[in-house]
Amino acid sequence: MKPQKNIKLMTGNEACAEAAIVAGMRFFAGYPITPSSEIAEVLAKRLPEVGGIFIQMEDEIASMGAIIGASLAGLKSMTATSGPGFSLMQENIGYASMAEVPVVVVNVQRGGPSTGLPTLPSQADVMQARWGTHGDHPVIAVAPSTVQDTYEWTIKAFNYSEKYRVPVIILMDEIVGHLNEKIVIPEPGSIEIVNRLITTDPPEKYLPYKMTDDDIPPIAHYGTGYRFNVTGLSHDETGFPTNDPNKIDALYRRINRKIERYKNDIIYYITELLDDAEICLVAYGSSARSAKRAMHLARAENIKVGLFQPYVLWPFPYEVLRELSSRIKRFIVPEMNLGQIAHEVECATRTECIRVNRVDGSPITPQEILRSIKDVSL
Amino acid sequence: MFPYKKYLRLDKFPHIWCSGCGCGIIMKAMLRAIERAKIQKDDVAIVSGIGCSSRTPGYLDFNTLHTHHGRAIAFATGLKLARPKLKVIVVTGDGDATAIGGNHFIHAARRNLDMTVILYNNYIYGMTGGQVSPTTPFGKKASTAPYGSAEPDFDISNLAIAAGASFVARSTCYHATHLDKLIEKALMKKGFSLIEVMTQCPTYYGRPNRLGNAVDMMMYYKENCIPIETAKKLSDEERRGKITIGVLHDIERPEFCEEYYKMVERVKAKSI
Repeated sequence: MKPQKNIKLMTGNEACAEAAIVAGMRFFAGYPITPSSEIAEVLAKRLPEVGGIFIQMEDEIASMGAIIGASLAGLKSMTATSGPGFSLMQENIGYASMAEVPVVVVNVQRGGPSTGLPTLPSQADVMQARWGTHGDHPVIAVAPSTVQDTYEWTIKAFNYSEKYRVPVIILMDEIVGHLNEKIVIPEPGSIEIVNRLITTDPPEKYLPYKMTDDDIPPIAHYGTGYRFNVTGLSHDETGFPTNDPNKIDALYRRINRKIERYKNDIIYYITELLDDAEICLVAYGSSARSAKRAMHLARAENIKVGLFQPYVLWPFPYEVLRELSSRIKRFIVPEMNLGQIAHEVECATRTECIRVNRVDGSPITPQEILRSIKDVSL
Repeated sequence: MFPYKKYLRLDKFPHIWCSGCGCGIIMKAMLRAIERAKIQKDDVAIVSGIGCSSRTPGYLDFNTLHTHHGRAIAFATGLKLARPKLKVIVVTGDGDATAIGGNHFIHAARRNLDMTVILYNNYIYGMTGGQVSPTTPFGKKASTAPYGSAEPDFDISNLAIAAGASFVARSTCYHATHLDKLIEKALMKKGFSLIEVMTQCPTYYGRPNRLGNAVDMMMYYKENCIPIETAKKLSDEERRGKITIGVLHDIERPEFCEEYYKMVERVKAKSI
């Protein structure tokens, strides 16, 4: 058999870094933190090779600020961190939401709060990814569960960010980040790469926050002859601060609407064996791997169980789960936190779900999930 | 008459600054310096944080970026590295740059990234109503230091020199033509440059400390500033209470952005 040359063995962190370069990312600013540091290490080596910029900043606040500055100058930009660093980034994630600056933020989750469990996995930043910064704001968050997923979803994260002018959070976890496994690198050209829409208006007519029909204003870059203003203050179409209630209202509604409006293009999930299922496992990230195994173990004992795995956590697929709830008896939600997505599942299905939680730094095992499945099916 | 209008976004006026504020004096000095340095408007990016000084970019017809409190230098770092041809100017205040943004300030100086920081030092948080700042002199009053500040204050220029800045100069709002010459020099200097401008906040610093009106406060600068050349000849005792103005520090150091791109060329040559 002819060996396939694009098969590689790599970690999730390495896959994330390599995929970011394929996505066109040319500016990375970060600060060392376990278990994400390998992303920075790979990019420190790789970015100069492709003419890109790597900088280790003085902290995570600065890292977020630097990637926003670089993105406004026209480079696809990214940072990577873990829980405590993600907390520090919230301030400028809000800026990126408000000023509609495309950036990608990787959070390789570890146990928290505080310094928590630096070297052990967790999925406890799901809600922080949605609501970590203050104010009503748009955000997209994705959760890969394998190294292959990480590669593909890193590229998709950039595509979403560019398309919708919004910060995209990649919620990895320590397991996905440090796991060495097989990955098939997609052929160049086979992957869709999206670039932000650049304005075609001449500088004198350019409105950086124009109320366009599609709610996503085309962008101009600093230093290209468009002398516009960007601010984190409430602003009007011209990009200057405003206290006009109508203009403020229009801005907040538009930046939030652009995600709500396109959610069906953004939301992505896979289902397995749900056609005849009475029990549905809702699992994401590395916990989905255990859930899948548990599902097969249960099926071997003739228990009708299926899997719903959201890859996009925010926006959350409420409607799909609501529809499923008409024929599913019980939902089981295994996650490495005390029930963050379980809450959303309950909100969607209007039923009480079964929670399988671990917050001790250990992954949830298939057997633990299987036990819950059996408890329900009795 | 200097053609200020060429550089102003006239529809954004009137400005928000109090009467007697020094912000406008510094803004105009900066415009004179940019004109003399012959930098095109499209090639200038002005980045600011939060505070009175940080409202400056909104009035100016350049590439302008108004960021978070303390974060201007962090945003400016990404902007400069991503588009090196831009002349990046950060306008900031004493609280913005040396309290909440202190870490970014010292590290940008250490990296010697090519940017000019114009720091409006009015010893107070003006925008939020006169709270004590890292440069409020010991014993002076502020809304959060009603009995006088019990903390020693920062010498910002010395801080920048110690952190590694290439060019550091100080002037005041009284010495407006001296100030624009210093800013021009800073703009022409490759590397991290700081212009510390001592300015008056008659509303929130002058009033609680009974320093008189804006004119009185500017007269204080007139009477208490000494050029660096003179200061060098004086003893510490003789310099006490005086503000040293002029070019305090001017050295050649490798500039970060240029060094980074040189490295990229080396790496690319190797990987071919």
